[in-house]
Amino acid sequence: MASKLTYLTAPLIDKNPITLQILGICSALAVTTSLSTALVMAAALTAVLCLSSVVISLIRHHIPGVIRLIVQIVIIASMVVVIDEVLQAYAFGISRQLSVFVGLIVTNCLVMGRAEAFAMRNPAWPSFLDALGNGLGYSLILVLVGVIRELFGTGTLLGYTLLVPKSEGGWFEPLGLMQLAPSAFFIIGALIWGIRARWSAQAEKPKLVLVDVEAPR
Amino acid sequence: MTELLIASIFHQNIALTSFLGICTFLAVSERIETAFGLGLAIIAVQSISVPVNNLIFNAFLVEGAWTWAGLPEVDLSYLKLITFIGVIAAQVQILELMLDRFAPALYRALGIFLPLITVNCAVLGGSLFMVERRYDFGESIVYGFGSGAGWALAIVAFAAIRERLRYSDIPQGLQGLGGAFLVTGLMSLGFTALGRISL
Repeated sequence: MASKLTYLTAPLIDKNPITLQILGICSALAVTTSLSTALVMAAALTAVLCLSSVVISLIRHHIPGVIRLIVQIVIIASMVVVIDEVLQAYAFGISRQLSVFVGLIVTNCLVMGRAEAFAMRNPAWPSFLDALGNGLGYSLILVLVGVIRELFGTGTLLGYTLLVPKSEGGWFEPLGLMQLAPSAFFIIGALIWGIRARWSAQAEKPKLVLVDVEAPR
Repeated sequence: MTELLIASIFHQNIALTSFLGICTFLAVSERIETAFGLGLAIIAVQSISVPVNNLIFNAFLVEGAWTWAGLPEVDLSYLKLITFIGVIAAQVQILELMLDRFAPALYRALGIFLPLITVNCAVLGGSLFMVERRYDFGESIVYGFGSGAGWALAIVAFAAIRERLRYSDIPQGLQGLGGAFLVTGLMSLGFTALGRISL
């Protein structure tokens, strides 16, 4: 059982899909302007990932190798349509804010990547754990970035004012940049830096290294 | 039209401000030649798939499209995801066959990038934005070309910067991915500032 649990815990930090595997970054950057959209997106992606992994893993012996990518895409797309319709029915405002990014879960390389790398070769239960773990690892980064961007960009969290902005008589000057695209890149870059400084085994080796050479005479 | 073209290439750049296709953007930008090839492929696929998806969406999927058949209430727009991804996959296959037949040199240069484009979110995202912003057929041609060109411009510039960065002394934790994110952030700042351009 302990070995199965590592499927769930490994992707949280050691093999985090965003900071180490470079999977599913597009949506991670775009939906993190506020914590609520980040939470909904994380939940939607985790749901799609778990459902599609289990389904693909269950029928993995019946998928012909040549057309497996098309089969996987159709399965994932159907799950995304279901989740998209559910969101539009029960959380219309947030689904408007997420705009095209729920639909883009179809081409999210995280879902395809786990289906291809794990669910095609493993039974349903480990596939589910692996999908859940990767979904949670993705959610962890999304929530972190969402908290930073919403708190420092507007002074609120989930709509509650924590840092009172100057325009309402407080002291906090909202950092407008946090709500713009570039800050998402900076925050994730800094997060990766932090994680790799702490767990230095994840750091990439430099491609070129300076070597001391004796000076020519 | 000119404004739409300029906007889609620069300050609404699909890679740097909408974050689409960033996975490929970070993974395939080690060398400038491959970045250039992938950029060309994206321009080709994007300028065809957005207008084609526009025609299909307006002819079959939009609410009221089946009025002529006596079904005015049918709204198939929830099928747009599956339809678009099917159209893109089919179109990439056709483009591959055509290039192999008529431009073998270009076909070899693009190599594995063509099939990868099927799952590039910049292409699907372009079509979804086209629906959301209600572009007509003419606008969708301009937008398809512009967003593809913007993506290509961004990845070529980014690959050029990364080639130079290889010779710099970067802190260990920022090697590779971390540094790439910071560079992309700076580029994104620059492209956003180009929004002041008006022609």
